[in-house]
Amino acid sequence: MVDAPAQNGDSHQIADDDVAMAGTNGDEKKDLKDIKLEDLFADGDSDEEFPSTRNDETDNPLALSPVTNGNGISSSDPELLRMFYQRLFPFRYLFQWLNHSPTPTNDFGHREFALTINDVSNNEIYLRYQSYPTADLIRKDIVSKLPSRFEIGPVYTTNPRDRKTLRNQNSFKPLAKELCFDIDLTDYDGIRTCCDKANICVKCWQFMTMAIKVIDTALRDDFGFKHIMWVYSGRRGVHAWVCDKKARVMDDQKRKAIAGYLEVIRGGSQSGKKVNLWRPLHPHLSRSLEILAPHFQEDVLETQDPWAESDRAEHLLSLLPDKTLNESLRKKWASSPGRASTSKWADIDALAKSGASKGLDTRALLEAKQDIVLEYTYPRLDIEVSKKLNHLLKSPFVVHPGTGRVCVPIDTNRLDEFNPMAVPTVQELLSEIDDWAGPAPGGKTPADWEKTNLKPYIEQFRSFVLALMRDEHDPKIKREREENEGMDF
Amino acid sequence: MLRQDFNRSDPKRRVLADHRKKQFAAPTYHETEYHHRLNFYATPPTADITLEQFEQWAIDRLRILAELEACSFRNKSLTETASHMKPLLEKYLLLQPNSSSSSKLFEERQKDHYSHFILRLAFASTEDLRRRFSRVETMLFRLRLNDESPRDRDAFIQSINLDCEQVTEDERNKYRDELAALTSSKKGVEEEVTWVKVDWEKVPDLVESRRVFVKAGKAYVPSKEQSSMVIAEFTKRLDRALDLTARALPRLDEDDRLTPILNHLSKNFITPDASYVGSSSSVSGADISARNIDTLSAQFPLCMQNLHRTLRRDAHLKHFGRLQYSLFLKGIGLNLEECLIFWRSAFHKITDDTFNKEYRYNVRHVYGDVGGDSNRRGGGYSPFSCQKILTEHPPGPGEAHGCPYRHFSLENLTTLLQGVGITDRSVLNGVKEDKESQKFHMACNRVFEHVHKNEIKRAKDESIMTSAQLETIIHPNEYFKRSYLLKNLGKTNSEDIKMEDS
Repeated sequence: MVDAPAQNGDSHQIADDDVAMAGTNGDEKKDLKDIKLEDLFADGDSDEEFPSTRNDETDNPLALSPVTNGNGISSSDPELLRMFYQRLFPFRYLFQWLNHSPTPTNDFGHREFALTINDVSNNEIYLRYQSYPTADLIRKDIVSKLPSRFEIGPVYTTNPRDRKTLRNQNSFKPLAKELCFDIDLTDYDGIRTCCDKANICVKCWQFMTMAIKVIDTALRDDFGFKHIMWVYSGRRGVHAWVCDKKARVMDDQKRKAIAGYLEVIRGGSQSGKKVNLWRPLHPHLSRSLEILAPHFQEDVLETQDPWAESDRAEHLLSLLPDKTLNESLRKKWASSPGRASTSKWADIDALAKSGASKGLDTRALLEAKQDIVLEYTYPRLDIEVSKKLNHLLKSPFVVHPGTGRVCVPIDTNRLDEFNPMAVPTVQELLSEIDDWAGPAPGGKTPADWEKTNLKPYIEQFRSFVLALMRDEHDPKIKREREENEGMDF
Repeated sequence: MLRQDFNRSDPKRRVLADHRKKQFAAPTYHETEYHHRLNFYATPPTADITLEQFEQWAIDRLRILAELEACSFRNKSLTETASHMKPLLEKYLLLQPNSSSSSKLFEERQKDHYSHFILRLAFASTEDLRRRFSRVETMLFRLRLNDESPRDRDAFIQSINLDCEQVTEDERNKYRDELAALTSSKKGVEEEVTWVKVDWEKVPDLVESRRVFVKAGKAYVPSKEQSSMVIAEFTKRLDRALDLTARALPRLDEDDRLTPILNHLSKNFITPDASYVGSSSSVSGADISARNIDTLSAQFPLCMQNLHRTLRRDAHLKHFGRLQYSLFLKGIGLNLEECLIFWRSAFHKITDDTFNKEYRYNVRHVYGDVGGDSNRRGGGYSPFSCQKILTEHPPGPGEAHGCPYRHFSLENLTTLLQGVGITDRSVLNGVKEDKESQKFHMACNRVFEHVHKNEIKRAKDESIMTSAQLETIIHPNEYFKRSYLLKNLGKTNSEDIKMEDS
C-alpha cells in the first residue's frame, strides 16, 4: 500500500537524534512531543522496527537526519505544513492533471481525496470521500485542514460528498482512475544485503531503477500507454501513475490482467522458488531479461554480493537443478569462504563445462540461471494497488511524514541520475525560500516554488500535465470518447 | 413467451415506438432456428411453452449449474469437471451435435435455449446472483465449446461477429521471433498457426497469463487460444444482457404465475459461503476463549496452524493473515471481546497504543462491529472457504496466509507437516502426489483422515456420524468442527446424558 509508515521504534531513533542536538536548538521538548505524532502515520502493514535513511552512503550532509534538519522542526509540524501547502504545493497543476482540461469538469469534481489529519490530541483522523470543484477550493481546504498527507482515489458517478443523499446507493460507483503501480524496497529484503526494512541507500535504489525500466518499457511498448508518471514515494519506493484515457477507464478485470502480465515473482516466504515460467520465454520476459542482465552483473552480483555468506549461497544452490553439480559447487565454495558472488556465479558455468556432473541437462541449467536473474532483479510489485479501480494512492508532491521528503516525480530520461537521498525535504525547501537573494534586476518576482530546488520537479510535472491535456483535447480522441460514452449507456 | 423490451431504456429510440402502434404491429421476430449446438443466447425465445415445461426445464438446468459450481468449489480441473458432468449433462440437458442423426435436435436445443432465459430471469435480481449465474453459465459454455468438433466450432465462431483482423504476412515476419516464442511446442512439431489481432482488452485472461503477444495495445492471438476469446465474448455479452434483464424485471412484478417460480428457483441457489455465517460452524460445549486457542490449535487445519505458529513465532501477522485467521476464529465461535484479547496478547511486542490505532478497528470490522451499514448488518465477513483461500490473494513475500498445500514448496510443506506431528511416510507421499496433481483439498482431507483415523472408524462403526457428515471437507471451519466432534465423541454424549438426567 502507500508508503513508509513511521513506526514505534522510529520515535526512539529520532528522539536520540534530538537529544544529541538539544544543545543547538533548545526546542527539544516540543520535538519529542511532535515526534510521538509520527507513530500515527502508520498504515497498512508496517513491520519495520527502526527505519531511517541510511546515511553512510551519501555525502549530502542534509540527509544525515531525515526528519529534523538544522532547524529541528518535525516534518509534520502544522506551521511547516501550512507554509508548504500555501507556498509550494502545485495545486494548479494537480488540478489540471486530474481534470484533463483547464475548465473544471467532473473528472476533478467527482474525484475522491482522502485526507489524513491529526487532531489536537494527536489522534489520526482519516477523512475519506472529500471532493473539490476547483483548484482554489482544494487549496483552501488543504491549507485549513493541514493534512499530514492526502491520497487520490477514483472518479465516481456522482460527487463523493453527495453519496449518502442518493436514492439508490448502488449507483454510487467508481468510474475511472489512473492505473497505478507501487513498488517498495521492503519487498526486496530477501535479496538485498545493504539495508533492510524501511532503510534505503543508493545501492539498493538500483532495484527501483531496474523496476522502473522494465515496467515503463512494457507499459509503453506492449500496451501502448504514453502518459506514465513515476513518483518517488518519499521513503523507500516508487509509484507509477498511468494517465492515458484508455488506462483510466479500465475495469478491475483489465487492471488485473495487466498486473498479472507484469507479475513474475510469486509466492510467500515459504514457497521456495519464486520464479516459475513457461518456456520459451514470453517476449515481454525475454526483453526484460535483456534489460536486466547488465544490472544483474553490476548492481546485484558486484554491489549486493548476495551469496557471500554460506547460508545465502545455499539458497542459490536450492534454485539450481542438478544435484551433482551442486555438490561440487558446495565443496568448492566451502574451501574458500567469503568467495565473491561474481566468482560463484561464474563457477556454475565453469564447473558445468568441466563435466563435474555427468548427466547434466544444460538447458535446464540455463533456464534455472535465467530464473535466478529474474528472481534477483525483476520488479516486485505490490500488486493489489494495481488490481483495483478504487484503490487510493498518495498524491504526488505530498510530504512524507517520516522523512520530510517531498514525493517528487522521477525523470525517466535521466533515471540513473535520480538519487532519493538528494530529494529535497520540506524543511530545506522552506529555508531556500528564506535564503533567496531576490529577483534579477529587471526581472519579475518568481513564484515561491521557483526559488527552491522543487523547481525542476514542478516543471517536469507541468510539462507532463500539458502533454496529457493536449492529448485529451485532440478532437479525434474527443469524438471517440463521446462515442464510447454513448455505447456504454 | 416473455419478451423483454430492450429498447425501453434507450431514449433515442423511444420516439420511434409509439406503444399504440406497437401493440398491433406484426411481430418483428422470427421463429427461432438452431443451426449450431452452441448458443450465444442473443435472442430471447418467442414461442409458447406450458408452465410445467417452464418449471421443469429450469430445474433441470439449475441442477447442472449447481453441480458445476460445486465442481469449482472442490477445485476440480477442467477435464475432471468434464468427465464428472458428462452423465449429468446427458440426463438433464442433452445437446447432440449436428452430425448426429437424432430427430430430437430441435427439442434439445429449444430446451437449452428456453431454460437459459428462464434462469436468466430468476437470477437477474441481485448483483451476487448475476455474477454467479454468469460464472457458471460460462463454465457450461466452455465445457461445450471444448467438446465441439473442430468443424462445428469454426462454423460457430464464424457465425458470431468477433471484432478481429487477420495478421498479415508482413507483420508475421516482423515479429517472427516473438510470435514463435508463443507457439513452439515442446515436441518440436511446427503446426500451421493462424494469428488474429484484437484490442488487448478483449482478451484480458490471455494477457494476464501471457499466452498472447502484446504490442502497442494489440494482442496477437494464436489459433489455439481463440476459443478463450469466444468465451470472454460470451461472458461479456451475458453480463450485459443480465444487466438489461435486471432493469426489465420490475415489469414482471404483476405476474403471479411466473414470479413465485422464479423466486423459488433463485432461492435454491444460495451461496455455500453463506452457510457459515453465524454460529452454525461453532461447536457446543467447547471452551472457545482467547487463552484456550493454543490448545485448540492442534485441531486446526494446516493453513490455520501455520498462521498460529507464525503468529507465535513473530508476534505479528500481516494483513491477509490476520483477516484469514480472525475470520476462522470468529467461525469457531470466538466472540469479539475474546478475539480482541487474543490479538492483543499475541502482538506482545507492540504497545497498547499502536494496537488500538492500527489493529483494533480491523478486528472489529471483521466482526461487523464497525464499518459500513451493510457490513454491520451482515455481521462482518464470512469465514473464508477453501475455495477462497486457494484462489484469492496468494501470499506475497513475508505473508503466511493461503493454503500450505498450495502455496508452500514441497520441502517446506513436508517440514511443516512433520512439525505438526505428521510423520507417516505413506501420508506424506500421498500429500506429495495430491500436491503435484493440484488436488490440494484432497491432501488436506488425507491428513485429516490420518489424524482422526481411530475416531472416524469408531464413528462409522457405531454409526454416530453418517457418511454424509464425513464427506470431503471444503471449509477450514468444517475441518475444526469435525475434528472437535470426533475427538470428543465420548464426552459430548455423556454430557448430553448428564443434562437429561438433571
